Amino acid sequence: MPNDLPPTLQAWFDRKGWALHPHQLQMLARCDARATLLIAPTGCGKTMAGFLPSLVELAEGHHKGLHTLYISPLKALATDIKRNLRAPVAEMGLDLRIEDRTGDTSATQKRKQRADPPHILLTTPESLALLTSYSDAHRIFSGLKRVVVDEIHALSESKRGDQLMLALAALQRLCPNMQRVGLSATVEDPHAISMFLACYPDTCEIIHAAAGPLPDIEMLQIDVPAPWSGGGASYAIPAVLLEVARHKTTLIFHNTRAQAEIFFRNLWLANETDLPIGIHHGSLSRDQRARVEEAMVRGQLRAIVCTGSLDLGIDWGDVDLVIQVGAPKNVKRLLQRIGRANHCFNTPSKARLVPANRFEVVECVAALEAVRAHDLDGDPYGKGSRDVLCQHILITACAGPFAADNLYAQVITVGRYTGLSRSEFDDCLEFCATGGYALKGYDRWRRLLQTSDRKWQLRDPRTAQRIRMNIGTIQDTDLLKVRLRGRGGKSLGEVEEAFAATLSLGDTFLIGGQVVCYEGLREMTVEVSQKSGKKPKIATFSGTKFATSTQLSKRILDGLKRLDWPELPLYMRNWISLQRQVSKLPQVDRLLVETFPYEGRSTSVFYGFAGRNAMQTLGLLLSKRMEDAGLAPLGFVATDYAVMIWGLEPVTDPAALLGAQGLRDGLETWLAGNAVMKRTFRTSAVIAGLIERNLPGSRKSGRQATFSSDILYDTLLKYDPEHVLMQITREEARKGLVDFDRIEEMLKRISGRIDHVVLERVTPFAAPLLLEMGRVPVKGQAEEQLLAEETAKLMQASGINQIDLMRSE
Amino acid sequence: MRDVGDMTNGHVFSLFGAQLTARASGVLWWAHRRILCVSDLHLGKSDRIARRSGTLMPPYETSDTLLRLQAEIDVLAPAIVICLGDSFDDLEAADSLDAAEVQWLNKLQAGRQWIWIEGNHDPGPVEFFGQHLVEFRDGALVFRHISVAGEEAEVSGHYHPKAVVQLGKRSVSRPCFLYDDKRVILPAFGTFTGGLRSDSGALSDIMQRQAFAVLTGKISHVMPMLRE
Repeated sequence: MPNDLPPTLQAWFDRKGWALHPHQLQMLARCDARATLLIAPTGCGKTMAGFLPSLVELAEGHHKGLHTLYISPLKALATDIKRNLRAPVAEMGLDLRIEDRTGDTSATQKRKQRADPPHILLTTPESLALLTSYSDAHRIFSGLKRVVVDEIHALSESKRGDQLMLALAALQRLCPNMQRVGLSATVEDPHAISMFLACYPDTCEIIHAAAGPLPDIEMLQIDVPAPWSGGGASYAIPAVLLEVARHKTTLIFHNTRAQAEIFFRNLWLANETDLPIGIHHGSLSRDQRARVEEAMVRGQLRAIVCTGSLDLGIDWGDVDLVIQVGAPKNVKRLLQRIGRANHCFNTPSKARLVPANRFEVVECVAALEAVRAHDLDGDPYGKGSRDVLCQHILITACAGPFAADNLYAQVITVGRYTGLSRSEFDDCLEFCATGGYALKGYDRWRRLLQTSDRKWQLRDPRTAQRIRMNIGTIQDTDLLKVRLRGRGGKSLGEVEEAFAATLSLGDTFLIGGQVVCYEGLREMTVEVSQKSGKKPKIATFSGTKFATSTQLSKRILDGLKRLDWPELPLYMRNWISLQRQVSKLPQVDRLLVETFPYEGRSTSVFYGFAGRNAMQTLGLLLSKRMEDAGLAPLGFVATDYAVMIWGLEPVTDPAALLGAQGLRDGLETWLAGNAVMKRTFRTSAVIAGLIERNLPGSRKSGRQATFSSDILYDTLLKYDPEHVLMQITREEARKGLVDFDRIEEMLKRISGRIDHVVLERVTPFAAPLLLEMGRVPVKGQAEEQLLAEETAKLMQASGINQIDLMRSE
Repeated sequence: MRDVGDMTNGHVFSLFGAQLTARASGVLWWAHRRILCVSDLHLGKSDRIARRSGTLMPPYETSDTLLRLQAEIDVLAPAIVICLGDSFDDLEAADSLDAAEVQWLNKLQAGRQWIWIEGNHDPGPVEFFGQHLVEFRDGALVFRHISVAGEEAEVSGHYHPKAVVQLGKRSVSRPCFLYDDKRVILPAFGTFTGGLRSDSGALSDIMQRQAFAVLTGKISHVMPMLRE
């Protein structure tokens, strides 16, 4: 009987006085299924349910080698599960080795694990991909019975998920009977996740755990109004501190790392009673994160300011309150974060929302309504990314010679790649082998060769090391290490390269809650010194930016339509009615456009409410049309709600700019030359192995030797526009950053009904946009004109102008 | 307003009596002697990268570099072309040019004097038509790859200088010429080349206090050189 636990386990449950949950029994009953997906809210023994079948089998004591592989999207989660699994296993008296293996694991430990794998290995998609690249992979994984993918919903929409599933397909070939178990939070479309998990054409049963009680979620009551703009939410500091003092442990979530840093600093400055508060985010050094994690486990912290790095199932300490600072953007994610409070079943989670600015007040109120209506947002699941496939082909080649037919057959067992055609696959293989260039090839230096038995292998086996060093898909931004100046200076964390480039000597910024002063860049490391008391320049490492979901955007517009919105605080209702007075309100079936002068530029705001990515694309397309119309646009900035474009000449006829066909044509032609495409290209080129982020030995000092990926993009666009990497770039851009579908949806919604309001000054709704980060420059005639003006000004300031120079001969 | 035709040609300055044009394309033109000088072509770079690391870059940079060089030769019809070193990404890269590219280069060389100056990437003669020299003197000027401290009237390359201009909240970065009353340093002309900021220590040490940067691009812009 499946619900008969082995005596050792039963005795442990009896001692604890615990009974198995129904979904844990169901998981046990299906311990022989090829694929099973468990959908369960946080805090109901989901992880135990995932491991229970393995513990039962391992309790027999016969298994040799690796039995269960556990995959987590976060390093910290793998470490946490190790802790939470080792304790009961020890109490049960089982003699099992449970180890984690992540980027943080020491080289010695990793070598040991390869030679003699533990019974249960806890790892991440990247570390797993690396393991499958070794020629002894078949030995490491021999005997593998089960793979448990935790928080699978967090992986199912990303390239990391693609990489993981391709790796699992490779494992499935080594271990044909391997079973797959997925553990997921409540999602809108469980079937899609089950397709993602199972090895096609296997079926995958879905088990639902009973939902817990409804969460206790409200806006945090704050006496002062939210500011017009910004993401700092410092107005909420006293109210947040009061809540921290009232609860045992509070998690304070932020959407970006920079916001977390600023909030943490302000919290400290106001923390007069010295409540112990820590900060945790992905840019901090490993040591710093580990210290906060340990303090939290020991119950020494009353609050942790954090980001998505604590989003997922980590079970630290006794959290009884979650505060979300900033708009949640997505109802599903909000529910996840709420679930972090009271990590035990049958107690309602308690959460409070703190909008950082006025637009976010509206979004928070709309999100609360969505949570109460249990209206989860669904995102479409696209096809698997082909840049990840290219990397997978190279990883496969590192492990040894392979046959193309076998690899293709293996790849199309992955849910997101079942639709991959043989020619799409062959293009990727050709890219890995020869570069896949149409006009000119590499005859002598190809990367992969075909041997006499038609198997593919690396031309130069030494390149395997380089390929391994560049495994992974999380590389949207280049990060530089930050370290204190001086011999053996302490590592503080990382900042984006683009941010580091804006720093000059003496600039100050925040990292890990302390103000530091920029001293210089040395061999790809930002050197800083400590500075106390100075008001810092803001660290703009951005973290991940999510677009507000379609559902949430619609709720906001629906809310604005009401003449009054009583759930909003009075100052918000005043703000909205002021906007109504001086301009107009955005509506679902109309597009509001405002044009006004600001800082010597003509500025126009388009309130499209189509989410950050689509608004960004709209900004690119509109600025192109403005360039053609001679309006000399200089740049734009997009938010989830609007795009603001500024230039030398004012917009007079927005309808002419917004013709759907014109925008579509622009997407086809001009989009090819813009910054978003170049950014997408860079990401794909790095993942596909055209650009190496990490090189063996020391990094080259001085940037003279490197050249930008933009040059590669421009060259391909000019000579080989149909190259597979250009195709991939277009595929990825359409999926992610471009999001043209939501522009089409918006254009359909407004059907040409445009309200153009021309004003003398900034409007209440436009004001927040002026302080938005992430401005995108338009490289057009205005740039040359300004460059001419600026260089002339510099010449003038230097006291010599060109004419003097010519005469001095 | 602006005389666009003149601006696109470049910026005219004089060095020891020689009137030179720093052209927007990145080549230096000495109209009086009909000398076209270009630096750091790095031909065959993608081949060298493939050979050394296995990474397969788009192999189009050699023809793109030659295409841009040809455009300048067509307009200026120089009597002498001086390639200021690092013309090839390494000596083996010089052999990697395919038949069409070699023929193309031969065509560019036809009917004029062609001088290959040695660079650190291509130390020693390559199998191409032309004179192979460590340095070259013409009138008052000396042409060499790397600037030598204490020398004057010198035209050199090597550093791939670029200038960064702050335009409000954004910055624009362009390859640039650097000149003062002693020397001029050329930008890298090759398609796959990066740049070294003019405010780096190395360039600030070489150039005099009063030095200028001429930004390349669609049109040239002159400004005081930014220093360390």
